[in-house]
This record gives sequence, C-alpha cells and structure tokens, in this order.
Amino acid sequence: MSQAIAFLPPRAAVLSRRAAIIADLSDLLPAECLVHDPRELVPFETDAFVSYRRLPLAVALPNNTAEVSAVLRYCHRHGIPVVPRGAGTSLSGGAIPQEDAVVIGLSRMARVLEIDTANRTATVQAGVTNLAISERAGAEGFFYAPDPSSQLACTIGGNIGMNSGGAHCLKYGVTTNNLLGVKLVLVDGTVVELGGKHLDAGGYDLLGLVCGSEGQLGIVSEATVRLIAKPEGAQPVLFGFDTSEEAGACVADIIASGIIPVAIEFMDKPAIEICEAFAKAGYPLDVGALLIVEVEGSEPEMEAMLKSIVAIARKHGVKTVRECQSATEAALIWKGRKSAFGATGRIADYICMDGTVPLGQLSYVLKRTGEIVAGFGLRVANVFHAGDGNMHPLILFNANDPDEARKAEEAGNEILKLCVDAGGCLTGEHGVGIEKRDLMRHQYTDAELRQQMRVREAFDADWLLNPSKVFPLEGQPMRDTTAA
Amino acid sequence: MILLPETEAEAAAMIRDAAAKNTRLALGGNGTRAGFGNAFLADAILRSTQLSGIVDYDPAEMVMSAQAGTPLAAIEAALAQNRQMLAFEPMDHRPVMGTQGEPTIGGVFAANVAGPRRFVSGAARDSLLGLRFVNGEGEVLRAGGRVMKNVTGLDLVKLLAGSHGTLGFITEVTFRVLPVPQTAATVVLSDLEDAEAAQAMAAAMALSVEVSGSAHLPPSVKTRFLAGGLPGYAATALRIEGPAEAVSLRAERLVAALEDYGPVTRLGAQETATLWREIRDVHPYADSTTRPLWRVSVAPSAGHQLVAALRLEAGIDTFYDWQGGLVWMRMEAEPEGELLRRAIRATGGGHATLLRASAQARATTSAFEPEAPALAALSARVKAMLDPANIFSPGKMGGF
Ligand SMILES: Cc1cc2nc3c(=O)[nH]c(=O)nc-3n(C[C@H](O)[C@H](O)[C@H](O)COP(=O)(O)OP(=O)(O)OC[C@H]3O[C@@H](n4cnc5c(N)ncnc54)[C@H](O)[C@@H]3O)c2cc1C
Repeated sequence: MSQAIAFLPPRAAVLSRRAAIIADLSDLLPAECLVHDPRELVPFETDAFVSYRRLPLAVALPNNTAEVSAVLRYCHRHGIPVVPRGAGTSLSGGAIPQEDAVVIGLSRMARVLEIDTANRTATVQAGVTNLAISERAGAEGFFYAPDPSSQLACTIGGNIGMNSGGAHCLKYGVTTNNLLGVKLVLVDGTVVELGGKHLDAGGYDLLGLVCGSEGQLGIVSEATVRLIAKPEGAQPVLFGFDTSEEAGACVADIIASGIIPVAIEFMDKPAIEICEAFAKAGYPLDVGALLIVEVEGSEPEMEAMLKSIVAIARKHGVKTVRECQSATEAALIWKGRKSAFGATGRIADYICMDGTVPLGQLSYVLKRTGEIVAGFGLRVANVFHAGDGNMHPLILFNANDPDEARKAEEAGNEILKLCVDAGGCLTGEHGVGIEKRDLMRHQYTDAELRQQMRVREAFDADWLLNPSKVFPLEGQPMRDTTAA
Repeated sequence: MILLPETEAEAAAMIRDAAAKNTRLALGGNGTRAGFGNAFLADAILRSTQLSGIVDYDPAEMVMSAQAGTPLAAIEAALAQNRQMLAFEPMDHRPVMGTQGEPTIGGVFAANVAGPRRFVSGAARDSLLGLRFVNGEGEVLRAGGRVMKNVTGLDLVKLLAGSHGTLGFITEVTFRVLPVPQTAATVVLSDLEDAEAAQAMAAAMALSVEVSGSAHLPPSVKTRFLAGGLPGYAATALRIEGPAEAVSLRAERLVAALEDYGPVTRLGAQETATLWREIRDVHPYADSTTRPLWRVSVAPSAGHQLVAALRLEAGIDTFYDWQGGLVWMRMEAEPEGELLRRAIRATGGGHATLLRASAQARATTSAFEPEAPALAALSARVKAMLDPANIFSPGKMGGF
C-alpha cells in the first residue's frame, strides 16, 4: 500500500466517541442502513484508486433524502467528517474514507423517479447508475448522453461529483452540460433545490458550481438530467496508422474540417495489443496507433460524414480502414475500447492519468509521456478521448513492488505537470480526489486556491465534507485544528 | 465617475482602492445590458471597454480567447471568416432594452446570454472554458482553462457566468466555438393553439432529426415576424441545421411526422436566418416602450399552462421559444411580479427575470427570481467570499 499521499490526521475527539456516535446513528437509521462492524466496513475502505485505503468510522446507507439530511445534521452538530459515496468507482480516490469519517453511501437510493418525455428529462435518486437512466429512457426512444466507461456501475451522484465524461461527450458535452437540477442536502442537513426541468439559474449558477465539486459542497440526493432522442443510427469506423503522430494530426484535421463526430477515441500500440488480447475485437496488430471515430444520423448522413472522414484519414497516410457492415461489427469495435481498463488490469496493476491538453499539443504530449514513463523503467499504454484532448495514459506497474509503485506515482505526476505546462489541466473527468491534490499548486496560484477554498467554505465552513480531497492539506484553513 | 482601466493590473489596483475606500462599483462593458437586475446605488462605473482585443484564436482547435471588452461584433466577424460561430446564439438585448453601443464579449458571458439554440446546445456558460477576473479584494485570478474537459477544482467559471458583475470583474474569456452549419431550414406548422403547439414541439424533439430551434408564435405576435410573411394565424417554427442533404432529409421526416397537426410550410435558409434572429432578439416587443417585459424559464410543457393561468388575471402578450420553455411575456401595465411568480410555482417551478419596466415599477419588483431562504443565504455567503466588502454592484442580484 502506497503512503506518499497524506490524509488529514483523524480527529481524536471523534475517534474516542466512536461507540456513542454509532449508537446515535442507529437511532437515525433503520438497522440495515448502518454498517459499523469492521469486517463489513472493508468494502468501503477504498474506491478504484486502490493503492490507498482507510477504514471509515461507520457507513450510513440512507433510504431517502430525509435520512441523508438527518445523518448530515447529526455529523455537522458533532464535528464528524463525512465522505459521500456512490459506487466507489472513482479513479482519483475521491470516495476513499478516513478513520474519523462517516461514509454516506447512496446505493440504496436507486430509483428512477420519473421519465418525462414531453420535457425530455429524467428525475432519479442519486444512487441510480448511469446506464440505468439510458435503459429506462430507451424504451421511449431517449438516452442520457454522458457515458463513462464505468456506466454499468457508477452512479449519477458520483457523475455529478466528478463532472464525468465519456466517449460520446465530444458532441453532447459532459455531465455539467446535461444536468438540469439537483436536490442538494447541505452540510447542516438543510435541503435545497437547484434548477429543475427549466433551463438556466434564476440567480447564481450554484448547480454549475456543485457539478464537479467532489462531494465537498453537499450531498446530492436526487437529480434531474436532460434526455436526448436516440439517433437513428450510429456507426464507428476504425483507422490504423503507423505512428501516433499521424493519428494525432488526423484528429486535429477532422475537428478542423467542421465535422463533429460523436466520438474520437485513440489507442497506441501497447493499448491495442492489450485490448485485442482480451476482447478479440479484430484490431490490426501491425499499426502503431488506432482511432475509432463514430458518427451518428440517418444512413445517408452517416455515409456522407464517413466519406469525408475517411478522405481526411487517407491524407494522413492511414494504413487500415475498417468500416463496419453490421451492428455486431460495430459493437466489436467498441468492445475492445470499452474493456481497455479491465483488460489492462488483467496484465498488470496500473494507474490511469487524466490530464487534458489543447488538441495541437496531443502529439507532443504523447511523445513526452512515452519518454517520461520509459525514464522510470516502466511501460505505458495510451487509450483516450482524443477529440477533446483528454488523455488517459495507463502506467503499468507491479503493486507488490513498493519501488515500482512509487515510480509509477512519480511518473504520473510528471505527466500531469506536462499537461498543465502544455496549456491543459490536471484532470479532465476523473477529478482531483487525493491523487492529484498535491499537484494543484502546479496549476493554480495560492490566491486562486484560496479563492476556491473560500467558496467551498460558503457551503461547509467547518470543512467536514470530504476534507482530505482536492485542496492541498497544508493550505487548508482547518488543518491546524484538526490534528489528533 | 467612470473608471476605464487599460490593463488588467490597473483594474486590479482600482478595485483594491475601491475596496479600501468602500467605493461601490457598477461593473460593465458598454452597458447594453445594464438594465438587468435591481436598481442599485454605485459610486463609480468600472468598464472593461479598454481591455479589448482577441488574444488567441486557433480555428483548428475551435477555441478563442479575448479580452472582456472586445466588441461582440469583432468576435463574430473573426469567427465568420473561418465559418465558425458562437454555439449559444447570443441575443442582442439592445432592441428590447432600448440601449445603445456595442455589446462586449465579457458582457455576454457575465449575463450568460443565449438564444434559440440554447435548449439543445447550452447557454454561454456551456461554451465558456475559462476566464480571468479580479475579485473584490483586487486579486487577479484564473478559473478553468483552454480545454473542453476540466474538473480541476471548483468550477468558478460557471459561477462567474451569469453573475452580472456582482462577483468579479471579468477581464478575459476563453470559449469554445462551433462550425457554422452549411445550411438551415425551418418547418412551419400553421394555426395551432398554444397547447397543441406544445405537443407538436415535444413530438419533434422525440424524433432523431436534431431540431435546433423550436418556437411558437401566437396570433398576436405572428405578424411581427418576417414582416408579416408567415402563413396562417399562428406559427409554430422548427429549425433544422446541417449539411444540405441532411437538412432536406430531416425536414422531410419532420414534415411527415407532424403534418397531421396542421398546414405545413417550409422556409429556406435566408428566411430561416431572419426569422430566428427576430425570435432571438424578441422582435415583437422591441416597441420603444417601457411596458414590463419578462423572460420566463419553465419546463417546456408548462409554458402554455402558465400563460393560460395568467390570461385570466392579467393583460399579457406572449410568445414561446425553447420548445415552449422560454416564455417572453409583455405586460399591459404593471409587472405583476407576485402574480407571475405564484403562477410559475403553481405550474411546476422555474424563474422569471424582469428585463424592462418603468423606473417606478423596477423599484418595487425584484428583477431576478427571489430564492428560497436557505438558497438566498447560501448565495449571499458565496458573494461574500468573492466580494467581502460588497463593492460590486451591491443589491443588483440580491432579493428585496
Ligand atoms: C473502469 C473504469 C472506467 C471509468 N471510465 C470513466 C470514463 O470514461 N469517464 C469518466 O468520467 N470517469 C470514468 N471513471 C471514473 C468513475 O467511474 C467516475 O468518476 C464516476 O462518476 C464515479 O461514480 P461513482 O458512483 O462510482 O462515485 P464514487 O466513486 O463513489 O464518488 C465519486 C466522487 O463523488 C462524490 N459523490 C458520490 N456520490 C455523491 C453524491 N450523491 N453527492 C455528492 N457527492 C457524491 C464522492 O465523494 C467522490 O468524491 C471510470 C472508472 C473505472 C473504474
């Protein structure tokens, strides 16, 4: 287990009252909604950023907004930190608890409350999975656009926490562009409604502020999201190039041509090999880089767009062009891409970076990424959303070797700094969590961080909500008073 | 007094000075949208107009950065040269607000302006990637960046967009742009009642034809569009944009699906451009009066219900954009804010913004939707975190 990233020291006053706190919580929640047996707490000790883990004090699994509110009100009154949790698929450690925290998990709040086709909205409890929304809306001909690869498991509350994206965000935007309203439980238990089925805020855009706030401004208990009519058809085309540079230049040219595909996904050679070995998608193994470009629309529209896109690829010396003749072929192309993380996990431990860079910097950053990782004696596979510059280098290492684990983290940090220096940012969709927290100073000045922290304090003056995340610990105003 | 900083550093110094002396500043560009919000007292006006110019524009990346005081016209001209545009179709407020001068790009984002395409492509805030601003303590800060995907820290970009100069002085904005669609067409359904129109507009949005504009123009306003050239006595307009073949295919499908609703007409690219500009700029109510004008945002299916409920009690004239969810409402005499807001709550919620009224009416009506007490307290705390001395347009967005 890695130790490089610190957590806030647990509050002694909280730890010493553990038994009393659990007794109090059991008055607020039905018995099946409270977890405190240390063995049963284990599933909550980490998220998908598995190199760090902490057992929480207890886990509350409320059934409804009123119970969320009651638990928050209690924790607020007694100065107990709270870590909101959806499905725990965060790749940045956003949902990892700490010893003095009560986790509030939304998994029991998983009902789709309403699909409103006339207004194209879905209203759901926060623990509903991303995919469940599209499945429910699908019967009526609609879907929910942001589609993180983890969509089978991750919750809409977690998506809002991380402003999640997905392969199809190039055309439809990320969570914040598809979120219409939330029911938000503030740290003191007050319930407020932000937005609704209408557009825009009547006052300040607090909804926009809450989206991507990593569980630090309140707990989302319900959400209203925008639905879109399903396109008539969708068709991916697969391109193989000799080099990543050619593929990168092709991406830039497609975007510049004015065509907006729904997705442009990129894989380098190591990623192709890993995915092909796992998914048998029929990816060409004699190429250095691969693009999956997907277009949507009616048959003639897709045909016209694909024709232009293929012509652009040819200008960039494309080696393999695979257009699909059937839905099965299309699904196979995507299967390889969507299983990339899983497939990588089978051959090695990995950490997944998430920096975003301006499109013009893609080739340079890819090249430097390879050099940086090689410099640490490790391997890297790149698979990412190229159309919006959101890179995902997967750094492969052996978690049982502490030295390799440390090197992987260091290489990751170098890569993220590179992304910032190239005009980009530390994280495009996975969030800061604990993983990138200590790099925040590389992107922001102290004054900028201070301003963000002060806005955070307008919601949570005592720093109780997910306090070890996002902001470097040394700069946190509550830091000195929290030590045990 | 008017303050015209020529650099961001100078603006920051002016703001530090104002904070020290408790000088209240009205922030703005050329003031074409100065009519927004509650009337408030200011000791000086701080304008961005000298901070002008496109800082960076890479058409291939579809991203532009510009200083806040850059005229919108200059931005749109530069984009047009590369066949690109602002996706959110910003409304020109001058005709209805009776203001003059050149709108600035900073003002567009500060007021989170949008137009007909908003209901599918987002508002200004959705295109805004990053900004530079000066907070109430005179610190120059950046938020967001130049990239489309970014969850690095709190999204202050969204907070500043639509804050109407009450949270920070925006000095530079970086935003995403889109290619101009090759062509556009409008399918017009004639003679629908408001409720039928709402159904037809919802039906259109359930089709995979990518409608990018959806408005209903009742008889009282219909003749004010296209110089009276729209057919029938009421017009429900549906816009489609894209490559030529796609537009004609999709328009055909749309017509086939909706022709049972009423007589159908198709408008070409030229008329489409004019019609949607008139809808965007609320042409029928650009009437050189100060009759109260409301911009009401509700769920699309609630728009016509709200109007039906109000008709019984007030003299109003209306038309609908955003599939019925944006209701433009001109009152005969008084703003009737209480009545309107009660009716909005009764039909499922939303908000009403008073864009225009006599000085007397403005003094007694909250221009922005009053927030529930817990939310109002939260908004006030947020404001205090950015502008602790409360020198930026104090009271402009606060409730009454
Ligand atoms: C294999 C794999 C693939 C992935 N692919 C993608 C991808 O393509 N795109 C992408 O963007 N992400 C991706 N992710 C990351 C992750 O799935 C997303 O961040 C997701 O949104 C997290 O949802 P969750 O329900 O698991 O939330 P959690 O991990 O439980 O929590 C995430 C954050 O949100 C907060 N939070 C959770 N619920 C709430 C709530 N109700 N109210 C307030 N705060 C809350 C938590 O405190 C935490 O900070 C992937 C992860 C994995 C493991």
